[in-house]
Amino acid sequence: MAKQAVEGEFNIDPMHQFEIKKLIPLDLGIVDISFTNSALFAFIAVAATIVFMWTAVSGQGLIPGRMQSVAEGIYEFVRNMVRDTAGDEALKYFPYIFTLFVFILACNLLGMIPYSFTVTSHFAVTVFLALSVFITVTAIGFMKHGTHFLSFFWPADAPAAVRPLLCIIEVISYFVRPVSHSIRLGANMMAGHAVLKVLGGFVGAMGVLGILPILGVTAITLLEFVVAILQAYVFAILTCVYLNDSLNLH
Amino acid sequence: MEGSIVDGLKYAGAGLACIGMGGAAIGVGHIVGNFLSGALRNPAAAQGQTAMMFVGVALAEAMGIFSFLVALLLMFATG
Repeated sequence: MAKQAVEGEFNIDPMHQFEIKKLIPLDLGIVDISFTNSALFAFIAVAATIVFMWTAVSGQGLIPGRMQSVAEGIYEFVRNMVRDTAGDEALKYFPYIFTLFVFILACNLLGMIPYSFTVTSHFAVTVFLALSVFITVTAIGFMKHGTHFLSFFWPADAPAAVRPLLCIIEVISYFVRPVSHSIRLGANMMAGHAVLKVLGGFVGAMGVLGILPILGVTAITLLEFVVAILQAYVFAILTCVYLNDSLNLH
Repeated sequence: MEGSIVDGLKYAGAGLACIGMGGAAIGVGHIVGNFLSGALRNPAAAQGQTAMMFVGVALAEAMGIFSFLVALLLMFATG
């Protein structure tokens, strides 16, 4: 249900920017695999990451240049995050978390370019990412501990009377993880961009006084850059925390 | 004036659902404030706990996000 624009009023639909357009229609009958603007920007994000990483490390200088030190900085940052949060054993899964972090970061930052499309503002994308994390982490837990992994839900050191209750809470909180994991990223990106659009609408509506919302939009744009980086970081670190739970069981 | 009572109540419900975000704001502010007061007492230990702060913030924020989700569902998902 789209919001209808009222005629004669200055009205910007803040949700218009999240509309998915089909660039190359491709309907197979059962599934619609059209090439959309969302897919286009996901491809751009991946291509930009590959090009950046490729050119950054192609010099292979012992003394890193500007680009190389940025690339090495990201690499080291994520590596330290994985080791500090989930331990040395989790370094085996470092490539996965690094890929997640860089992809989400690229998508978030790409969305900050005016008139571009924020891939991570769609729940379809973030739910897929979070579900892949959820399934991977659960599979790792069962592969490492077998059925002993289920003891994760049974708080053995709690008083016996409240154990069943805590067990139910643990199970619910475990299955709510992919929901909050995905919606946190999607909602943050979507809400931020919608706020920018709404404030942008004020600029036109207020005439000369529109200078005030312009200042607000500038400040919120800066905030949005912080949020874009922070959400990628939060997504990656929560993946590490979940990984730690499956590897070390509390 | 157009639209039905159901539409109006839907918007009222979406607005009420947003009250939940205040709880998330209190929670996040509590965590960051306590982190800062701890970090100022012992700056040497602050570095190692920054990641934990963000995890806590993310968990506290989840509740606010659920209320935002309810608001979104009321606005766009119900017919």
